[in-house]
Formats: sequence, structure tokens, C-alpha cells
Amino acid sequence: MLQTISLFAPQLVLAFFASQLLSTGAFAKKDISVGIRYFAVGVLVLYAFIGFILGQPTGEAFKGALIVDSYSHYMNLFLGLSAAAALMFSKSFFQTEKLDRFEFSVLVLYCTLGMSIMVSANTLLALYIGIEMQSLALYVMAAFNRDSLRASESGLKYFVLGALSSGLLLYGASLIYGFTGSLEFARIAEVISTGGATPGIIAGMVFLLCGLAFKISAAPFHMWTPDVYEGSPTPVTGFFAAAPKFAAMALIARLLVGPFGDITTQWQQVIIVLAVLSMFVGAIGALTQTNIKRLMAYSSIANMGYALVALSAGTQAGVKGMLIFMSIYTITVIGIFACILQMRIRNGMVEQISDLAGLSKTNRGLAIVLTIFMFSVMGIPPLLGFFGKFFAFVPAMEAGLTWLVVLALVASVIGAFYYLRLVKIMWGDENENEFVEAPKTLRGLAVISALLVFPLLLLPMVSIPAQSLISQAAASLF
Amino acid sequence: MVIGLSHYLAVAAILFTIGVFGIFVNRKNVIIILMCVELILLAVNINFVAFSTHMADAAGNNPMAGQVFALFILTVAAAEAAVGLAILVVYFRNRGNIAVENIDLMKG
Repeated sequence: MLQTISLFAPQLVLAFFASQLLSTGAFAKKDISVGIRYFAVGVLVLYAFIGFILGQPTGEAFKGALIVDSYSHYMNLFLGLSAAAALMFSKSFFQTEKLDRFEFSVLVLYCTLGMSIMVSANTLLALYIGIEMQSLALYVMAAFNRDSLRASESGLKYFVLGALSSGLLLYGASLIYGFTGSLEFARIAEVISTGGATPGIIAGMVFLLCGLAFKISAAPFHMWTPDVYEGSPTPVTGFFAAAPKFAAMALIARLLVGPFGDITTQWQQVIIVLAVLSMFVGAIGALTQTNIKRLMAYSSIANMGYALVALSAGTQAGVKGMLIFMSIYTITVIGIFACILQMRIRNGMVEQISDLAGLSKTNRGLAIVLTIFMFSVMGIPPLLGFFGKFFAFVPAMEAGLTWLVVLALVASVIGAFYYLRLVKIMWGDENENEFVEAPKTLRGLAVISALLVFPLLLLPMVSIPAQSLISQAAASLF
Repeated sequence: MVIGLSHYLAVAAILFTIGVFGIFVNRKNVIIILMCVELILLAVNINFVAFSTHMADAAGNNPMAGQVFALFILTVAAAEAAVGLAILVVYFRNRGNIAVENIDLMKG
């Protein structure tokens, strides 16, 4: 009994406290959104560590619907911490915009619950429930600023395309169910390894991957990303760019090496097409952007492409490379959004790239931190981003996909242009406006992320245990 | 003529295609897009139930799972429609109409 509960303790923690907080907030006499936010951050941190506190139990819960292994423990740790960080940096924004409602914290908790089900899904049904639970919360969060036309428009766009992607995913799931006779990943893998890949299974797999590609905004399914990123409230955009992307990517990895582990050659083509298109759409689309949130949207499309390059190897090293790359990307993106949220002049938020002009003179600290992040996403050694790309590209190289790695490097060089332009505007251009002083939480989060990027996670005593944790996680999938 | 599995699958595929095209081709009204989403989900349900009833009774096959999945899809579709209509109402309050061609504030 206790053994079973300890397996789904992370989900239990989230579901219990999310419902508790929802009813507390609904029945409270006065506004308690601040208290609920801190409580929710505590719950997320508890959720992140509970698997490790309980000694990393492994096994299957709910009659095989959920699988608990090192992979899901690692993902829970990372998703919980990044959701907690996103919740923290939403605080000052929502308070100054007079939008501080307790529902936001509850939505983040429910969304994280969906993500935790996604990363430990072991049947197609659990996969669908997890994705929907996460998406429904995300649609509402995108339109959270309900008096703003832009926010409601971005919520609407996200909803329509998200619903379409769920439809594609479900159609694929139904085909796979029909041609293998089961929803369980283990059984699907068994049928494929004995009976080979029939056209029905391949079609189902392609539909399933298309649906998931929407969720990670890989090109050609990326069209919603720039609009949703631009229209949503900035902290929500920061949340979108970090945890849900990582969760969907982790789900894709589990799906590819689990049930479809025996048809690597078939899915490899799909993943390579997605990777190449994403890298170039992301790199070229960003060149003409003037809004920093839109720029980050294209940057995330390109980065999903790099993560898919790692996955396309289809090996254990490939999964490990994807995990390392996505972890580093998530840390960096949280830091970048903590910086973007500090771009506030007296009249309100600004989000044009030109508003950063002369930042090095008015706010040197912010300029240095943002420059570190830009060089890190570019992949300049010795910053952490370089190692992310290194570990992502080497497995593809070993799997004989040298041309793909060359294309990825070309895309990185194109991408470096717009990151460098940002750096040039900050350090070279004449000062235009001065930002008001940022709240402590934002500055703290930005500095912590910057320190993690350089040099904390590079120190051997941190990087070696972190790497072994990730290797263990990747190994548990095979 | 005996109605077999392939007939059901063909109907589901046609409905699915109509739904997907409806989302992209329709330039008039967002409500029609919501209807197309429902159409897609119901096409998938037909698929699941058809596969489930026509499944061979072999070891490892699980005919019940498809019907359970169909029920889950119905439930989630209801939740999704509720969220979608709520967002649409918010959008209507801000914009004053729900014509698809007017949803173009952000572009590029």
C-alpha cells in the first residue's frame, strides 16, 4: 500500500494541494493571492524533491498507466523547480498590473500535474490525459489578462491550434490502438518487434508525432508560437517557454525509444525533417523581429530543433544529450525572462528590442546578466550553452548524421547574428530610456540563473553528479 | 453488403479531414472552428469504438481499452469546449466580434 502511494506521491502532492488551494481561495473572505502564491511555490518545491526524499522508488502505478523510473524522477525535479521559478517571477508583474489573482497559482499547479503525468505516461490514455490537463491550464493562462485584446487573442489562437494538435495526436493514438490492439507502451513495443511495422502503425506514429510537434512548437507546426508568446502576459510567456516544452520533449523521447524503439529508421526521418525545418525557421524568422518576446519565440523554435537533432540519433547518448540540452535551455530561458520582466519604464512594460539601447550605461548589472545569457544560447565556450550544444550534437555525429550536425552548426551561426545584435544594442547604442528599479525577486532569479550558467554548473563537483543523474535517467528508458 | 471495419474507418477519416479543412479554410466565424474541433474528436471516437468492436479475441488484445478511451475523450472534449467558449467570450468582450479574419492583431 505505502509502496504504491510512494510511486505516485508527486502527482498526489500536486493534485491534493491544488484542489485545497482552489477551495481555500474561492471561499476566502479577503484577497489571499500572495499567501497562496508562496504556498504554491512550496508545493512545487516539495513536488520536485519528493521522489528523491522517498528514495527514488521505481515501478508502475495505476495498473501500469504510469511508470516511475529515474527518468520521471529527474523530470519531476526539473519541472517542479522551473514552474516554481516561473511562479516567483510572475509575482511582481501581476502585482503592478493589478492582475494578482489566486487562480494563477492554482493553474500553474494543475498544469504541472499534467506535465508530471506526461513524463511518466506508460499508456496512450495517460499520455492524452496528461497533455490535455497541461494544455487546458495553459490556454487559460495565455488569456489570463482578460481585459487585454492581445492576451485574449493569443489565448484564442493557442486554444484553436492546441485543440487541432490534440485531434491529430488522438487520431494517431486510435490508429496505433487499432493496429496493435493495446494502449500500453510495453505491449505496443512487443507487437512492433514481433510483427514489424505495418503501414497503419507508421501512419499512427506520424500523426502522434505531428500532434506532439505542435506542443514543442517544432516547424512546420510552429505558427502559433510567435503570436502566443507576444500576446500572453510576459511571465506566462516565460512559463510557456520553459517547463511545458521540456515536458513535451521528454514525452517524445519516451515514446520514441519505448513503444517505437524497434522502428528507429522510420521515425528518424520524421524527427530529422522536424529538426532541420525548426532550426532554419527559428534562425531565419528571428532576424527581422523587433519585439523581444517574438524573438524569444523564434529562438525557442530553433532550440527545439537542436534538441531534436540529439533525439534523432535514437541512442541512449542521444536521449542524454537531449536532457542536458533542454535542462540548460530551460535554466537560460528562465533567466532571460527574469531579465525581460525587468524592462519596465515609468509608463509600464516595454518589449521592443530597441528599448534595451544603452542598457550598459543605465543598468550595468542587467546588461551583464543578459549578455551572459545571450552568449550562452549562442553556444560560446566556456558558457554552459556551449556544452548543451556539444552534448546534443555529438550523439547525432556518432549515429552517422554528420550532415545534420553541419546544418545545425550553420543554423547556430545564423542564430548568433540576432543574439549578437541584442548585445550590440545593449552595449553600443545610445541611451533612450531608463528602466525603473526592478523588484528583488526578479533580480535574484536572473542572477541565480546567470550564476548557474556560468560558472556554478561547470564546477566539477556540481557537473559530475548532475551528469551521472542525467545518464541514469537516460539509461532507465532503455 | 456487410458493413465492416474499413467502412467505419473511412467515415472517420472523412469526418477527420472535413474537421481539419474546416479549421483552415473557414474564414468566417470562430464558432465554426469550435464545431470542427468537435468533429475531429468525434471522428477519433468512431475510430476507437470501431477498432474496439472489431478487435480479434487474441491474447494481449484489449478491446475494452478503446471504449474507455472514447469515454475519456468525450469528457475531455466537454472540458475543452468549456474553456474554449470561455476564452471566446473574453475575446468577444474585448473585440466586439468573432470574425476569423479580424483575429490578426499580431502578425509576422
